[in-house]
Amino acid sequence: MFAQGACDISTESQSAFAVELRGITKRFPGVVANSDVNVGVRGGTVHALVGENGAGKSTLMKILYGMQRPDEGTILINGEPVELHSPADAIDAGIGMVHQHFMLADNLTVLENVVLGNEPRAGLGLDFSAARSKIRDISARYGLGVDPDRLVDELGVGERQRVEILKVLYRGARILILDEPTAVLVPQEVDELFGNLRELKAEGLTLLFISHKLDEVLSVADDITVMRRGTTVRSVAPGEVTARQLAELMVGSALPVPELRDSTVTDTPVLEVAGLTVQAPDGRTVLAEMSFTIHAGEVLGVAGVEGNGQAELVEALMGIRTPASGRISLLGKDITKLSTRRRRSAGVGYIPEDRHRQGVLLESTLWENRILGHQTSRPSVRGPLLDRAGARADTERIVEEYDVRTPGIDVVAGALSGGNQQKLIVGREMSGRPVLLIASHPTRGVDVGAQAAIWEQIRKARAEHLAVLLISADLDELIGMSDSLSVILRGRLVAEYDPGAVTPEQLGSAMTGAAGEVS
Amino acid sequence: MGRLSPRAIYLGLAAPAGALVFALLVCALILSVTGHPPLEVAEAMVGSLERPRTAANSLNSATTYYLSAVAVAIGFKMRLFNIGVDGQYRLAAMLAAALAGTSFMDALPSFLRIAMTIAAAMLVGAVWAGIAGFLKVTRGVSEVISTIMLNAVATALVAFLLNPDRLAVTVAGSNNIGTPTISEGGRVPGFGYPGSSSDVFGLIVLAALVGVVYWFMLNRTRFGFDLKATGQSESAAVASGVNVKKMVLASMLLSGAAAGLVGMPQLLGASYSYALDFPAGIGFTGIAIALLGRNHPVGMAFAALLWGTLDQTSNVLDLSGVPKEIVIIMQGVIVLSVVIAYELMRRYRLRLEQRDVGRALGTAREEVHQ
Repeated sequence: MFAQGACDISTESQSAFAVELRGITKRFPGVVANSDVNVGVRGGTVHALVGENGAGKSTLMKILYGMQRPDEGTILINGEPVELHSPADAIDAGIGMVHQHFMLADNLTVLENVVLGNEPRAGLGLDFSAARSKIRDISARYGLGVDPDRLVDELGVGERQRVEILKVLYRGARILILDEPTAVLVPQEVDELFGNLRELKAEGLTLLFISHKLDEVLSVADDITVMRRGTTVRSVAPGEVTARQLAELMVGSALPVPELRDSTVTDTPVLEVAGLTVQAPDGRTVLAEMSFTIHAGEVLGVAGVEGNGQAELVEALMGIRTPASGRISLLGKDITKLSTRRRRSAGVGYIPEDRHRQGVLLESTLWENRILGHQTSRPSVRGPLLDRAGARADTERIVEEYDVRTPGIDVVAGALSGGNQQKLIVGREMSGRPVLLIASHPTRGVDVGAQAAIWEQIRKARAEHLAVLLISADLDELIGMSDSLSVILRGRLVAEYDPGAVTPEQLGSAMTGAAGEVS
Repeated sequence: MGRLSPRAIYLGLAAPAGALVFALLVCALILSVTGHPPLEVAEAMVGSLERPRTAANSLNSATTYYLSAVAVAIGFKMRLFNIGVDGQYRLAAMLAAALAGTSFMDALPSFLRIAMTIAAAMLVGAVWAGIAGFLKVTRGVSEVISTIMLNAVATALVAFLLNPDRLAVTVAGSNNIGTPTISEGGRVPGFGYPGSSSDVFGLIVLAALVGVVYWFMLNRTRFGFDLKATGQSESAAVASGVNVKKMVLASMLLSGAAAGLVGMPQLLGASYSYALDFPAGIGFTGIAIALLGRNHPVGMAFAALLWGTLDQTSNVLDLSGVPKEIVIIMQGVIVLSVVIAYELMRRYRLRLEQRDVGRALGTAREEVHQ
């Protein structure tokens, strides 16, 4: 599939691949890892690696960064075969990784973070001045605009990411792996990042960009390799394909679109929240005077950068966290003082943000997990006793209806992939006909097929008068699935939008607080 | 718990069996290093088991050990470490013995007397463990610390109460002191063991019953589900509506009530009074047996039997000049190796299951794909 001339060690020409992966195979118990993966990355380009969650992109990058050894296959850097036993080997080979989750110490300055683990020694002390000027140098050369003496704590998300990039460059990387770099950014920050990437490319660096956001890939990449189910299926140039074609390559079939059909909103209020205030244990106000109403058949979407009070809102509504003040009513009944169990019995379904923490018992079987959160209701429980037959039968139903890929319901939940765990959770929470569904990132980490199924189930339940609070980081999902849309910022609902008219950019501005006015 | 496949059974047994073999090898090594031929020692121990008295005493030891293990296991299932079973059962046995030995009890029917004695022991055990539970839910005190300290307090309390001025009388013909002897009607008759001078505790039935109740509670009731869920993931349990504080208190009370039973077979079947020589330390043995039996009702029964047998057959060793302590070494090695073996097995089993899932998906993928 790729040029064979790359083996010639002496050539340093632009046409040679800076990175070539040949026949990489990695087996893990139970997971689709990599099988016969072939990627060629031309030097001085941005090469995008796209694929769904679980397609094997992350595994491949871990192999390239020396975090995992391939079972078969070779890695060539600038035409030379290399053995990477650890990230240190990869760094020596000029490969750097910008992680999706930043690995920065908040209470240190940019300078200290950059030199951490690679401190410039001068006798017994540290030579910060040389490091400082080197950082200034790199920052200026690539237009990163990073001030070495600022505290990381004071930096925004986009700036932190540039610090990560700088850290990698400081260690002499010429090949950068960016693992879903845009996942944590709002649209404006994404544009800035892409500006930086173009500068890096212009300076001759090679960038491997992992993403599943196709518009971004098409706008920034020079070459695109598509992965599906652990293997590379096609290499394409961005000019040859549309986003839709690319997506279909990724999925192997046609795509679902998040959209609601006719409005099903009624005027029966299901959830009424008035003046809800929540304080953190240290007394900080994390949710301030929040008020909103969700009606039967209505989906209220809440957009926001993570950490602006979404988790606290959800936990206060579920009765996991006690609010300082305010009132929560369900179908006109005050539930502010009710326990989590009573709220669940009253018909509140809950899809938690962190499924391992709150959604499943990893060491329990699927049918036991069916009982979790529904310990007071049939068919899994009868009075004080468990109804094993009932629970098992209903688990079979969920596995069937939600396409949970599992050999049976007696395997432990921890043996399933994240997407399949999520399908089980959604199926469980939608059973027992809830009146209100609190859904935090309901389709995070699931494949496209499951995403479509989950959306369809939410639509169906909404048509039958389910009220939904939808919290998501996926702006397309929010815009497509919501009847009304609010933006949460620093513990307050700061803006309301009509999902039919709003653009992701407008939402992005409101999420960062750049535009405060209500449209 | 899923349906038992042959593989699940085999894997479940492989870990303890492997650990046992390993412990035997270690002991054999120690014996040969210290100049005792391992095979002869083993022969002597197995030989002594053929004596009916040793066999009956092994069953009796196993009975008390089992009760203690269940008490510990109730806590373990919730990731609560009730180290205080020892203090709970001693205090419970002492107070229950004092109650059972009072003269007004003589007038009551035998069944009622026994039931009252056992109920009193459970109550005292529950209250003593409940203190630790209460401290944990109200003040966040670690139950490990508080139960250990309550053991010491229980020791002091028993010493204080076991005094001729208070609850004790001097035992005739010795300088031992104990609670008044329980008269005939308050005792639980044992089962005769052919050829043995000592009976098998009648309350072995109680131990079996406790095992069944424990199994039923864990696997068939909502309470047991909440308990296990809390043990596996507190955050998931909270999100599912479990009131963790209530569960902590309830499981400490239950654990303490079970602990209260530990002294009953001995008290009502052999000693008939709580004296200075009443067996101590069974609470700690229970921790080892719960670990060895993996908190499983049947597993712990086997572990208790093994432990009891080792204890009783070790008596023969002194006669052949082998230090009895070799058995304690063996018990220690068993527990350590079992804990390690279980962890290895747990990981191996998860890998196997993931592989199964992977394989099932690998074949299913073609069909699912439209």
